[in-house]
Amino acid sequence: MGLLDVKDVNKRFGGLQALGDVNLSVAENSVHAIIGPNGAGKSTLLNCLVGKLIPDTGSVMFAGRSVLGRKPYEINQMGISRVFQTPEIFGDLSVFENMMIPLFAKRDGAFRMHAFEGVTQERGLIGEAEKMLDEVDMLDKRELHAGSLSRGDKRRLEMAMCLIQRPKLLLLDEPTAGMARADTNNTIELLKTIKNKRDITMCIIEHDMHVVFSLADRITVLAQGTPLVEDVPENIKGHPKVKEAYLGEAA
Amino acid sequence: MLGLGKKDLGLLAAVAALTLLAPFLLNPFPSDSSLAQFNAGYPDLMQRFVIFGIFAIGFNILFGLTGYLSFGHAAFLGVGSYAAVWMFKLLTMNVIPAIILSVIVAGLFALLIGFISLRRSGIYFAILTLAFAQMSFALAYSVLTPITNGETGLQIALDDPRILGVSATADGSIPVTHLFGLEMRATEILNLGPWQFQFSAGYYLCAAIMLAAFYLSIRIFRSPFGMMLRAVKSNQQRLYYTGLNARPYTLAAFVISGMYAGLAGGLLASMDPLAGAERMQWTASGEVVLMTILGGAGTLIGPVLGAGFIKYFENIFSKLNDNVLHGWFAFLPDGLENAVVAIIHPFVGKGWHLTLGLMFMLVVIFLPGGLVEGGQRIGRLFRRKRGSEERAAQQTPAE
Amino acid sequence: MDALILQTLNGLDKGSAYALIALGLTLIFGTLGVVNFAHGALFMIGAFCAVTLQRILSASYVTIDDSRTDFLGNPMEVETPYVHAWFGESVGAGIIEWSVPLAILFSIPVMLLIGFVMERGLIKHFYKRPHADQILVTFGLAIVLQEIVKYFYGANPIPTPAPDALTGSFDFGVLLGFDPNVIIYPYWRLVYFAFAALVIGAVFSFLQFTTFGMVVRAGMADRETVGLLGINIDKRFTIMFGIAAAVAGLAGVMYAPINSPNYHMGMDFLVLSFVVVVVGGMGSLPGAVLAGFLLGILESFASMTQVINLIPGINQIIIYVVAIVVLLVRPRGLMGRKGVMEE
Repeated sequence: MGLLDVKDVNKRFGGLQALGDVNLSVAENSVHAIIGPNGAGKSTLLNCLVGKLIPDTGSVMFAGRSVLGRKPYEINQMGISRVFQTPEIFGDLSVFENMMIPLFAKRDGAFRMHAFEGVTQERGLIGEAEKMLDEVDMLDKRELHAGSLSRGDKRRLEMAMCLIQRPKLLLLDEPTAGMARADTNNTIELLKTIKNKRDITMCIIEHDMHVVFSLADRITVLAQGTPLVEDVPENIKGHPKVKEAYLGEAA
Repeated sequence: MLGLGKKDLGLLAAVAALTLLAPFLLNPFPSDSSLAQFNAGYPDLMQRFVIFGIFAIGFNILFGLTGYLSFGHAAFLGVGSYAAVWMFKLLTMNVIPAIILSVIVAGLFALLIGFISLRRSGIYFAILTLAFAQMSFALAYSVLTPITNGETGLQIALDDPRILGVSATADGSIPVTHLFGLEMRATEILNLGPWQFQFSAGYYLCAAIMLAAFYLSIRIFRSPFGMMLRAVKSNQQRLYYTGLNARPYTLAAFVISGMYAGLAGGLLASMDPLAGAERMQWTASGEVVLMTILGGAGTLIGPVLGAGFIKYFENIFSKLNDNVLHGWFAFLPDGLENAVVAIIHPFVGKGWHLTLGLMFMLVVIFLPGGLVEGGQRIGRLFRRKRGSEERAAQQTPAE
Repeated sequence: MDALILQTLNGLDKGSAYALIALGLTLIFGTLGVVNFAHGALFMIGAFCAVTLQRILSASYVTIDDSRTDFLGNPMEVETPYVHAWFGESVGAGIIEWSVPLAILFSIPVMLLIGFVMERGLIKHFYKRPHADQILVTFGLAIVLQEIVKYFYGANPIPTPAPDALTGSFDFGVLLGFDPNVIIYPYWRLVYFAFAALVIGAVFSFLQFTTFGMVVRAGMADRETVGLLGINIDKRFTIMFGIAAAVAGLAGVMYAPINSPNYHMGMDFLVLSFVVVVVGGMGSLPGAVLAGFLLGILESFASMTQVINLIPGINQIIIYVVAIVVLLVRPRGLMGRKGVMEE
């Protein structure tokens, strides 16, 4: 049994079968990639994992507990963090404040009202936030408006915000979408460092094969809402079914 | 000190100084001069400055921090007023129980309305709050007449069964509101030459409460809770995926700001013990929105400035009439004088609302950050100028 | 039964006004993405178009009739409206009497112009601003417009009668086989309903059967894509705004005989019309119309004495109650599309 187990998940939108009998198991401490052509159901699957969508049938278990029917914030509190395709950060807040919010969430749960304490009194948390910013090389941007950062920095900040919660599972939705090659490589390096420094499981949805093959321990290929193959990267590369799925799309 | 940073402490001290010295600052013109009508240092108006300051500070905690635009906040003010007047009627003319009850009742009312309205955001939220407020207004006028006294408005009367106190004073008049014996209408008058300064007990009570309310709002702004509220405004999606549910935070902000409105309503009734449904009308809600954005939504001092600004201009503008205008422009040739007066005429006196509407538009169009942002822009302009002068000065010897 | 029919009929005129205003609001919201709090003011201006035309037509000159004297013994001053002088007395009197229907023609260009100016001068700059800013600036504009009207026309309602031929009532009940005098219905309200139906029909067929309408509908569905096709959508949206303004104005013109126009009638209708839009579904034209009539009729039912005795005050709040329930149970409204401002 893996950290995340997806069993027989189906999801229909009207007449469209978005997901059909998806089975997937993400092993602890691995990097698992989900690839597939456009419209293969990757995003639908991801949304089922984080509570944005509820599958029609099937089960999604995380660390032995079902995530189905839970709200996204509850699922996050279980230990799943999510990086979006376009970085979702608190643009009106400073970089430092962006780091404090996940720390408060981690410490206090979904709601606790500290209305009369100062943020500056939280010395322990401040230290933690600064350490994390240092790790992603953003300590010098501490007081900047997060909304004014470059796209690459926004992406880093978002990852730092996810990591500071020490999630068991980090979900990445096309983390390099729309990036230039150099930025993509930087992101790959960043993810590798992150992975080496801590026990974390990653699940990446990605289009860019370069990224997938640089990072993934295991790959699931999704086509038309159904997993075609699941295997280690070496075996995926020349797999006929995969070629067919992608070539089919091209034709 | 007081758990505030240096800058915030300075701000609080400045506001404290301004409110305490207001009777002097707002009466700069000798009472027999023609400019005396620009004086604002009389108790009734000063009380309104600080009371609406409280209202706007509270509204800003909701709108400024979370971005949820409530168009029905006047309902809480109205409810607070009714609660206070009932306290005067039934219990005592001391203002403390009345104010406490008005805050509690407004808080509960806000809890109910917020619980329902906050299930939606954006324009839906604005319309839901508007609908609730209009509903309260309509009910206060009709069915709830036993509680609100309908169109006449709720007043204290000679036959009120006041438990702690008398129904009527020895000379047969209606007792007045007081704070442990200190009458709210008590006013000391200080004559200094041609100047006249008025120190009203009621004003100073309101001012003290406003300072406390302002202090509280600074603490909220600087707290983790305040940061959460700003995060709600900035990106709810991210908040949701960071393990936080926005709704309890927004509801808490809504209730707090409703309690501020109730406090303002209670104080209004404490200064002048009556309450009417028109206080709940949506134009009243619009006014507090305007105060907040005019001053600068999301800034600490903005709402206070905005409230003072609007109440001052409302008072001055609505008092101006053609005679006064002719007096001002008498130095112009007759034809020109009449023309100028004719141009200004629609904007003053009964036309004050036209000025208000125009101000509303101009602020939103040109100065979305309000007076505070305007001040900052001017400040930056000066600093840049001075900076370039200094640079020029430094360069001269080098040449 | 007869009471129910009577209340349904009574709800129709208010419902028609709601539907027309809500239709314009929805058009503006759907096409331009703007929340227009000044739409009620447009309705009010429409009503004042009727007042203005009546005044223009009644403009008179004064002659002195030496053969008669007034009560002070001075020669009598006689006012003769210009139209009497131009068209003869009977035709002239007829023209003045029919000034409200005539104001329809008068108001269309006026309202279109106001709409164009408003969109080009103000609204255009707020497409990309947050909804809160749009609400605030149009709210300010609404105050300004109503104060201007108040300045020129005063604060009191101005009676603006319908033509004599249409002022009476007729016994609707007899038509349906009820006893006489059970369902009495004023002609003008029937006229108003028919007029509203006509305008609504015109707007819908315009959107349905013209290329212009097709583009606008496509724009409502997906603004960016239509923009990409190289169609000058902005210009069309300006025209759309003008049309929405004209619809609100027409609703106002014809409403003048039902309720004497006053400067704050716009605000009163605006709040309710917004509620109507929300109930119907933001961005849904049929929803706006349906909800307008539905709420108008519901309001009328709630004003029945039997209902008020049962739930006091319900007539005052019924619309809000319905709106709150709808927003909570079905946030996108009765006929709203999924995803349009759902949150």
